[in-house]
Amino acid sequence: MTIRIWEGQSFNDPPPEPQREAPVTRRSFLRTSSAAVGGVAALAAALSPLRDLKEDDAVSIDKFLQKHYKEMTPKEMEAALARISADVEKRYNIRPDIRDIKPMAGVEFVYALNLSRCIGCRRCVHACVNENNQSRDPEIQYIRVVEMPRGTLDLEKGNHHYNRPTVPDAGHFYMPVQCHQCANPPCVKVCPVEATWKELDGIVVIDYDWCIGCRYCEAACPYWARRFNFTKPSVPADRLNPEMSYLSNRPRPKGVMEKCHFCLHRTRQGRLPACLEACPTGARKFGNVLDPDSEVSQILRTKRVFVLKEEVGTLPRFFYYFDERYPRSLDPQAESVAKSLGHAQPPAAAPAAPQEGHR
Amino acid sequence: MKQYLTFLIRCFRLSFVGDGRYYAWMFFLSVIVLLGINAYCKQFVLGLGVTGMTDQVSWGLFIANFTFLVGMAAAAVMLVIPVYIYHNRELHDLVIFGELFAVAAIVMALLFVTVDLGRPDRFHHLMLRFNFPISMLTWDVIVLNGYLVLNLHICGYLIYCAYRRREPSKLFYIPFVFVAIAWAVSIHTVTAFLYSGLGGRPFWNSAVIAPRFLASAFAAGPAFLILSLQVIRATTTYNVPARALLTLRNIVTVAMSINMFLLGCEVFTEFYTDSAHVASARYLFLGLEGRHALVPWIWTAITINTIALVLLYTPLSRANRYLNTACVLLIAGVWIEKGMGLIIPAFVPTPLGEIVEYKPTLNESLVSLGIWAFGLLVFTILVRVTIPVLAGRLSFDRPYEAEPAPAVQDPMEIRR
Repeated sequence: MTIRIWEGQSFNDPPPEPQREAPVTRRSFLRTSSAAVGGVAALAAALSPLRDLKEDDAVSIDKFLQKHYKEMTPKEMEAALARISADVEKRYNIRPDIRDIKPMAGVEFVYALNLSRCIGCRRCVHACVNENNQSRDPEIQYIRVVEMPRGTLDLEKGNHHYNRPTVPDAGHFYMPVQCHQCANPPCVKVCPVEATWKELDGIVVIDYDWCIGCRYCEAACPYWARRFNFTKPSVPADRLNPEMSYLSNRPRPKGVMEKCHFCLHRTRQGRLPACLEACPTGARKFGNVLDPDSEVSQILRTKRVFVLKEEVGTLPRFFYYFDERYPRSLDPQAESVAKSLGHAQPPAAAPAAPQEGHR
Repeated sequence: MKQYLTFLIRCFRLSFVGDGRYYAWMFFLSVIVLLGINAYCKQFVLGLGVTGMTDQVSWGLFIANFTFLVGMAAAAVMLVIPVYIYHNRELHDLVIFGELFAVAAIVMALLFVTVDLGRPDRFHHLMLRFNFPISMLTWDVIVLNGYLVLNLHICGYLIYCAYRRREPSKLFYIPFVFVAIAWAVSIHTVTAFLYSGLGGRPFWNSAVIAPRFLASAFAAGPAFLILSLQVIRATTTYNVPARALLTLRNIVTVAMSINMFLLGCEVFTEFYTDSAHVASARYLFLGLEGRHALVPWIWTAITINTIALVLLYTPLSRANRYLNTACVLLIAGVWIEKGMGLIIPAFVPTPLGEIVEYKPTLNESLVSLGIWAFGLLVFTILVRVTIPVLAGRLSFDRPYEAEPAPAVQDPMEIRR
């Protein structure tokens, strides 16, 4: 078929007389220029909220050019740490001890949680917030404790916002959920810029300076473990934990993801996660699964452990178990701890007393 | 080169020329664009907290619009296929408007993802570390930008040839047209895979998502084009044959029927199985534990889609008035179904069973409206400069000639 995409003259017609474009008169000039001025003024008015940008929102050249974590040379990392340290000092008036702490050789971390001991007191939740410099307003929490009716593992039957004068409640058990550090992590798979990845010791980390904030990982996570900084995080200076590392608890900017990282700045140096230390009943167990003598290795060998949503194929490093000795009730030891504690911590906000280990 | 610059400058100047209706329309769109820019600046300063999104419902209106618009862009292919494969003559002179709309729709889709980013200042990270081929989002970046370039090339080449009064060389655009056909299917398929590939979201984790996306896009896109062509018919002397509109009407009818069928398949599978996976669908259609923000939306969508389909099935819609009504209803219905009805419920309840509802804020809505207005502005300008060029009233050897006094249009009834 012939392609004729315009109407009118054919090729053989002589070209018409060239015409001049309409001349610019004073009137047309005035009209055009006043319209242009009006347009620019309206645009300037529309852009005016940008005046509220804070000084530390500005992206410096160094920040802009900072490379991906895996591409930085040791020298560049040093420069980045110095810059972050200066930023923290400027903002909080505290000089942080910030390092880039690498995984230890021959170590793969695993978490195990004894549901027969968890009393749902939420001390882990608040210890985590204190340790990891999460925003306090709005408060970001990495751990969510779900109150579950006994006799089911269906999370949709759980209550996230229980607020009882005392815990535990006899008819319920308590299930804390945090990042499961999957061996086959969907969040890592979907990230378009490789801002999140699995480290050699099994911890899934985020480069807060690389994340573009698309929240695809948050949609992909089957455990609802990821949190986004919808606003600029705010941490009161006197609550800042100055012991920081690049991939864990350094202050985050607005617009990026964060999540539990097994307190890697502690655990990679032989200490235990803050949530574990805060647990009054010893429900939480943490350690190196490559070491056959570690407590977690023994638990995996001897207890009937399970993982959440095994069917989604994520291979979590976070295991739950009920103590076979107490199939239908709380571990009596935990029960007595709960009695001595008396109260639960509220679901959100209420700043807990500063924990030991904070300077 | 100089010729080409002159062409661009002339087109630019031409976009400021028009009658009172044109100025009013462009002024209206510009005001909304400015409101949108203003709202986005606020969001840029304060963060995405000014939207209704939360950690529980972490994608909202922006991604919903994005999904819808990717579909609208893909729909241009519904004009290209009849013209280039089945040699449909009536649509031949109109196919370029489909491609121009694809350009505008992709621009809007890209803007919607951009405003959804928490750190738009780090956009360049995509170029430095690109998680291809593992992340479906990187596939989406490639196919969307590729589709934009393809359509810009095809339209730009044809229009410039008309301007130069040259016969377009088939070698320079026919291969691209055929690539674009496959590519159009890919943009929508990849966008569907973005959702259906997530094992943690059972509502999305279904193979029927991609076919449903395509069917609804092939209904809503041509419906939008019917409306655009009606406007072109009413405001210019450009020849829009009535038969072309009827062909498009048939396309819309078939695509929408398939879409409703697939929706039915989905609903049956969810509710008859009645497993734990049904929670999101139950929330969408019936409400869950007393929370039912989306229920009125989805039932509105189903109602107006059904009315549209009935109109399209009956000869009523051979009359312009009913055809236009059906198209408007159908676009609104598909927008709800693919936006609010597809994106939001996947987040409710959360993977841990918490129910948090989502409601877009005013700021978020203004940003969205601003992007829509910007897209329509782009589309209007593209159409506005294309028509005189194609009609031979603007070419390299003579400046723009105003529209001749409106000739007698075909009778408005498109009944044959």
